[in-house]
Amino acid sequence: MEKSAIFGNKALPYALLVPQLVITLVFFYWPASQAVWQSFLREDAFGLNSEFVGLENYQALFAQPEYYKSMLTTLVFSSLVAALSLSIALLFATQADKNIKAAPVFKVMMIWPYAVAPAVAGVLWLFMFHPTLGTLARPMRVMGMNWNPLLNGNHAMALIVMAAVWKQIAYNFLFFLAGLQSIPRSVLEAGAIDGAGPLRRFWTITFPLLSPTTFFLLVVNVVYVFFDTFGIIDAVTGGGPAGSTTTMVYKVYADGRLGGDLGGSAAQSVVLMVIVIALTAIQFRYVERKVQY
Amino acid sequence: MVEHRRWNDIVAYLVLTLGVLLVVFPVYVALIASTHDAATVVNGNMPMLPGGHALENYYRAIFVGGSRASREPVGHMLINSFIMAMGIALGKIFISILSAYAVVYFRFPFRKTAFWIIFITLMLPVEVRIYPTYKVIADLKMLDTYGGLILPLIASATGTLLFRQFFMTIPDELLEASRIDGAGPYRFFKDTLLPLSVTTMAALFVIQFIYGWNQYLWPLLITTQDSMQTIVTGIKKMLTTTDELAEWQLAMATAILAMLPPVAVVIFMQRLFVRGLVETEK
Amino acid sequence: MASVTLRDIRKTYPGGFDAIKGIGFDIPDGQFCVLVGPSGCGKSTLLRMVAGLETVTSGEVDIGGRVVNHVEPADRDIAMVFQNYALYPHMTVYNNMAYGLRNRGMPKDEIDSRVREAAKTLELATMLDRKPRQLSGGQRQRVAMGRAIVRQPKVFLFDEPLSNLDAKLRVAMRVEIRKLQRRLKTTSIYVTHDQLEAMTLADILVVMNGGVVEQIGSPLDIYGKPRTTFVASFIGAPPMNLIRLRDDALSAIAAGTGAGILGVRPEDLVLADAAPEGGIALDLTVETIERVGAETYLYGSRTGREATVSSTPGELPEGEMIVRIPGLEAPTIGTQIRAVAPRDKLHLFSADGRTRIES
Repeated sequence: MEKSAIFGNKALPYALLVPQLVITLVFFYWPASQAVWQSFLREDAFGLNSEFVGLENYQALFAQPEYYKSMLTTLVFSSLVAALSLSIALLFATQADKNIKAAPVFKVMMIWPYAVAPAVAGVLWLFMFHPTLGTLARPMRVMGMNWNPLLNGNHAMALIVMAAVWKQIAYNFLFFLAGLQSIPRSVLEAGAIDGAGPLRRFWTITFPLLSPTTFFLLVVNVVYVFFDTFGIIDAVTGGGPAGSTTTMVYKVYADGRLGGDLGGSAAQSVVLMVIVIALTAIQFRYVERKVQY
Repeated sequence: MVEHRRWNDIVAYLVLTLGVLLVVFPVYVALIASTHDAATVVNGNMPMLPGGHALENYYRAIFVGGSRASREPVGHMLINSFIMAMGIALGKIFISILSAYAVVYFRFPFRKTAFWIIFITLMLPVEVRIYPTYKVIADLKMLDTYGGLILPLIASATGTLLFRQFFMTIPDELLEASRIDGAGPYRFFKDTLLPLSVTTMAALFVIQFIYGWNQYLWPLLITTQDSMQTIVTGIKKMLTTTDELAEWQLAMATAILAMLPPVAVVIFMQRLFVRGLVETEK
Repeated sequence: MASVTLRDIRKTYPGGFDAIKGIGFDIPDGQFCVLVGPSGCGKSTLLRMVAGLETVTSGEVDIGGRVVNHVEPADRDIAMVFQNYALYPHMTVYNNMAYGLRNRGMPKDEIDSRVREAAKTLELATMLDRKPRQLSGGQRQRVAMGRAIVRQPKVFLFDEPLSNLDAKLRVAMRVEIRKLQRRLKTTSIYVTHDQLEAMTLADILVVMNGGVVEQIGSPLDIYGKPRTTFVASFIGAPPMNLIRLRDDALSAIAAGTGAGILGVRPEDLVLADAAPEGGIALDLTVETIERVGAETYLYGSRTGREATVSSTPGELPEGEMIVRIPGLEAPTIGTQIRAVAPRDKLHLFSADGRTRIES
């Protein structure tokens, strides 16, 4: 879509674009192209010299068992977070969509965690489940569970999943509620007249009509887990224990900072870029399909 | 639907109340912890009711800082966070409303190119290009500066797309009427476009303020001096001592303080927040 | 005050589409000119070229003796009323009207007196502090008018200004606009697709179709002597009956004229047993009856022919005829009737419908 009513000035539009273009070029394109370039270089330990090594960084990367492990971790982490936060949010949204008086209050009470920083959310959950001083860790130990997210990789994963889900419910809830409210009442009423009970109506009418929202949220959630959960992981586990919560994004950070392997880190960045671009492309195709509706 | 009205409502209230409890509980625990002294918190048997050390803890957190290492008082971090969040929100509004104005209301060579240059940024969050960006900031001697904290985070297309989308909904006739009324590009922008964009700007502001305030990885990397720390990165540093030494009651007070501004923004500007969230995601 | 002259105006869009294919006419000072035609005929484009909102591909737009092709809209001394009014939603009624004057650097008290004067004329005096969204459709329309008249321009341009109003209000505003224009004596160009609006408002009526002018003249001339079958069926409601002449009794009427199409308006047909001297008689089967109160329309097919219906002006619906009769008394559906018309009420056109044939 294009405007047909426009101004005829020639120089002005360039002047208007300068601030954004300069910032984008300096702080986006320069570093992004550096990342690609660096992924073909190897620096010596002091960062004084670098030589072109072609695809060696990539070869090294894909020869690392840890890298596959981080992929698996990312996969597990994102599936758990997406599945849990989507289904819990859907449950709450269907209830809040009912015509109850307190619905607006519940809505506010549900959405505020969106505003909590991931790192802060991580600290809150760490505190509750901290093996020695956590309020909830004690009852778990009393029940005979040997709970220790600082030493047990599965426990650590469970903890960051909980924190990430807790934060993401707000977002999913909001979009599910909007999606539910955009379903015309008359369609559900027609279903009721056709003899479908509430549960049947949900699965045969509401849920299919909600599928564009669900799909959109699925992609957004995966992107969220990829990038926005960095703070949670760093605050709760620092990628440990023994790398069991090191996701791909966390590994970029950890390898570059702690290991000083900038070439390897850059190669990982490039792989991530490809994944993100693929995800975005999927999202675009979905948007296109929505237009055809 | 008329059927089982009462039961239906009761189920809804039950489920939602349960949900709210789940959502509120972690914050409640943090709030309680921030009112007890260190010994009570650390012994692992903290009561579930507020203690009497609230004032002391918050006072220490805000003005003094932790006792064991040379920590910054949180008051200073709050100021840094505020400057960073405001800078990101305002900076983004400023650059994106101008560029959206250019691509929507003008025709010029390379218009599409310029749009795509900006648009592509959507695909790659800062986390992906973190070290090269760090290096750019270092080369520009912008480590430990507000500019370094702010500028890389506003290099993205969300605002431009949001304004573009909004401008497209403004009827063409409004521009035509302005031209007949003798308004050029500057006057049209100032007298018509800007006043009409107020809600969109506010919605973008809310979202970007929260985004800026909650940044973690970026400030963690490029601030080396404690005096430039933001509150979200500060909490983590309070806990990176051994468990026995970590001052959890102060960390929890800090967590509460770190949540307060963005959560208040969501609650008090709920409508703008929802609008911003829904529209930036389209 | 000024006259407007268009000289061989053409408009070709970048895609190669010819929206206006050479149009030229004069609007003398103070006259009310209405451009009418179906949607897509180019009438709005032509108006917007006069306003300066569209570039002119070739030809000249002349306002008051000055060629304005390359003059900015603001400097053409025109004012325009848009279909959706295009009021500034964030400004009060007062500021909506004052904005254009302020941009011209007019002194404050002059602005104030002009706005208040216009507000009084348009009965908006009590609403000056309101925002457009607090006004009804009719009031918004009047603000749009007010914004135009405070400028005291040489030419008013109206782009379907009444089409967003409901039917009743539309009639009332139509009368208002005409009264106002008579009083101010400002040259006006008015675009509409509503032939009734066109007939009642125009001093000069320009009927357009497909980027060309079909006919220019006074409304009554055009109604009385349409030059093409397009004009014949576009002006007048219900439209003129058009009959393709074949080898039957009717063609005798046109013998020796070379005409291929016979036209007769529904209001010129009467029910009678025999045709008047030199006139025609049509035998019809009544298919539908529309009673609208003071009169009744009979829809019939000529006996022996299938009726087809067409809503496109200028197209010949085979066999379908409309007859207007006064009052509510009507024959029942299915009966045979005979409708007749005298010779002087008949219109003859060439077989392609592009030329009127006088005889």
